[in-house]
Amino acid sequence: MNLREIRNDFPILARPMNGRRLVYLDSAATSQKPLAVIERIARYYREENANVHRGVYALAAKATDAYEGAREKVARFIGAGSAAEVVFTRGTTEALNLVASSLGRRLVEEGDEIVITPMEHHSNLIPWQQLAIAKGAVLKYIPLRADGTLDMADVEREVTDRTKIVAVAHVSNVLGTVNPVKEIAAVAHRHGAVIVVDAAQSVPHQPVNVSELDCDFLAFSGHKMCGPTGIGVLYGKRRWLSEMEPVYYGGEMIEVVELYRSTWKETPWRFEGGTPNIAGAVGLGAAVDYLMDIGMEVIHRRERELIEYAMERLAELPDLEIYGPAADRRAGLVTFNLKGVHPHDVATVLDAEGVAIRAGHHCAQPLMRWLGAAATARASVYLYNTEEDVDALVAALAKAKEYFTHAIG
Amino acid sequence: MPLDDLYRQVIMDHYQHPRNRGTLGDGAVSVHLHNPTCGDEITLQLAVEGDVVRDIRFEGIGCSISIASASMMTEAVKGKSVKDALSLAESFHRLIRGEEEDEEDLGDLEALRGVSKFPARVKCALLAWNALERATRADGERQDETNH
Repeated sequence: MNLREIRNDFPILARPMNGRRLVYLDSAATSQKPLAVIERIARYYREENANVHRGVYALAAKATDAYEGAREKVARFIGAGSAAEVVFTRGTTEALNLVASSLGRRLVEEGDEIVITPMEHHSNLIPWQQLAIAKGAVLKYIPLRADGTLDMADVEREVTDRTKIVAVAHVSNVLGTVNPVKEIAAVAHRHGAVIVVDAAQSVPHQPVNVSELDCDFLAFSGHKMCGPTGIGVLYGKRRWLSEMEPVYYGGEMIEVVELYRSTWKETPWRFEGGTPNIAGAVGLGAAVDYLMDIGMEVIHRRERELIEYAMERLAELPDLEIYGPAADRRAGLVTFNLKGVHPHDVATVLDAEGVAIRAGHHCAQPLMRWLGAAATARASVYLYNTEEDVDALVAALAKAKEYFTHAIG
Repeated sequence: MPLDDLYRQVIMDHYQHPRNRGTLGDGAVSVHLHNPTCGDEITLQLAVEGDVVRDIRFEGIGCSISIASASMMTEAVKGKSVKDALSLAESFHRLIRGEEEDEEDLGDLEALRGVSKFPARVKCALLAWNALERATRADGERQDETNH
C-alpha cells in the first residue's frame, strides 16, 4: 500500500484553504473523513434507514443489523471479549461521565480515593472531581516528571487500598505522552481498584487491545478515528457493565415498565436510552473497516516516522519551545510555543499559509498551569499527513516569527 | 484574507507598548475576565469620579489583538463620561462584527476593523470591552449603595 495515496481517500484534503493547499495538522481535535465513511453514512440513509430494535418489518431489521454489526466491528477492533461490552455513546466525554455517574456513585464512599493525573483532558478530570466532591472522597494526582511522563514508583505510592478508581489518559492530548496503562492497571487491580482509560488519543492511532491492557473501562470517540461526530464508545468489562445502573431512562433501554417500577435490558442496551445515533454507529463501523484495512500497526509506524521527522525539523527553529517527552516516548502530536508570538497569532499566520493547527489550552487547564503557559499551539498528525505537511508547518512557523519580528519592528 | 488587514501597524505598536498598563490603588473598581476557550485574561481597574472615567488601568495576558484592543480601549475611554464610554463600547462591538458603517469616527480603534474578517479572533478583541462594561456596572452598583 502506498501511504502517499491515502491522502486521495479524503476529499476535503483536495480543497484549497485560503488559496493554499490545506495542510491539516489538527487531527487530535478531529480527524478528516475518508470517502468510504462518508458514502457509507449516505448509503445508510438512502437504503437502510429505520429505527432499531423495534420494527417488525424488513427495513427495521436491516437497520438493526447495520447498527449491531457496527458494534461487533468495534468489539473486534479493540479486542473486547464480546459485543455486549461495547456501549455506544455520544463520544469520550459521555462515556467517561457514564462510568463516573453510574459505577462511580455506587462504588465511591466518603474517605475513599480516586486517583488521576494532572495531564487529563477536562473530560477525564471533572467527572472524578465532581464525584469526589459529592461523596467526600479524596481526589489524588499522580505527579508528572519534568518531561511530562509518569513514574511507576509514583503510581505505586499514590494508589492504595483506599483507592476505588484510577482514571488515566492512554495518550496525553497536550504532551503526547504515552502512559504505561497496562502497568497502571496491574497496580490498580492489586489494590482492588477499577481502572478507567481515556483512549481518545490512542485508539485512532495505534493497536489497542483491551484484553491485553486488562483495563476495566476504556473510552474513545468516533470522530477522531475517521468516523463521524456524535458517536463514541465505552468499553466495559461485562462483570461491571452487567451490575451497573443505567444513567438515561427512556425508550429502548427497558425490559418491563410498570406503574411504580421498571427493569432494564441487558448490557449494552440498558445504557442506550432513546433512539441511538444509528447512522453514526454505522459510519464508525465503516471507519473501523477502513483503518483495519490499512492496519493499525502500519498507521502507528507511519505516524512515528512523521513525528520523528517533525521533531527533527522543528528543532531547526531557534525560538521554538517544545513541551513533553522526547520523540521516542510520544505519540503523533507536538505542542509548542514560538517565543515572543502568542499561539493565537501563530495560528492565524499559519492559517494564512493553509496550515491548520490548534491554539489554546486544549481543554487541559491544570496541565497548562503545570507547564507555566497560558496557552500553547499544537500540531498533530494522522495517516494522511506527509513530510511535505511537516515542511509546510516549519516554513510557516519561520514566516510567523519573521512576520512578527518585522511587524513589531 | 491578507494578514496585514489584521496586524495593522498601530495594533502592533499598542501590543508592544501597551498604554495604561498596571494597577490603580484601593478604591478603584476591579474586574477580572477570562476567556475560557483560549486562556486569555484581563484585570481591568476603573476609577470613576462623578460620572467621568478619571483613570483606567489593565493587566493581562493574551495575544496581540487582545492586548492591543485593551490598550486602545483604555486610551479611548479615559476622560470620557461613563455613558459615552458605554456608547463607544457598543459602536466597537458593531465595528468588530463588521456592522459599523463609516458614519462614526472611532479614531485609532478603526485599526481593529480587520478583526471582523477573522471570526476566530473576534473574542480576543472584545475581552477588554466586555471587562469595561462589567466594571461600569460594578461601579454603578457601588454608587447606588453609597447613595442609599
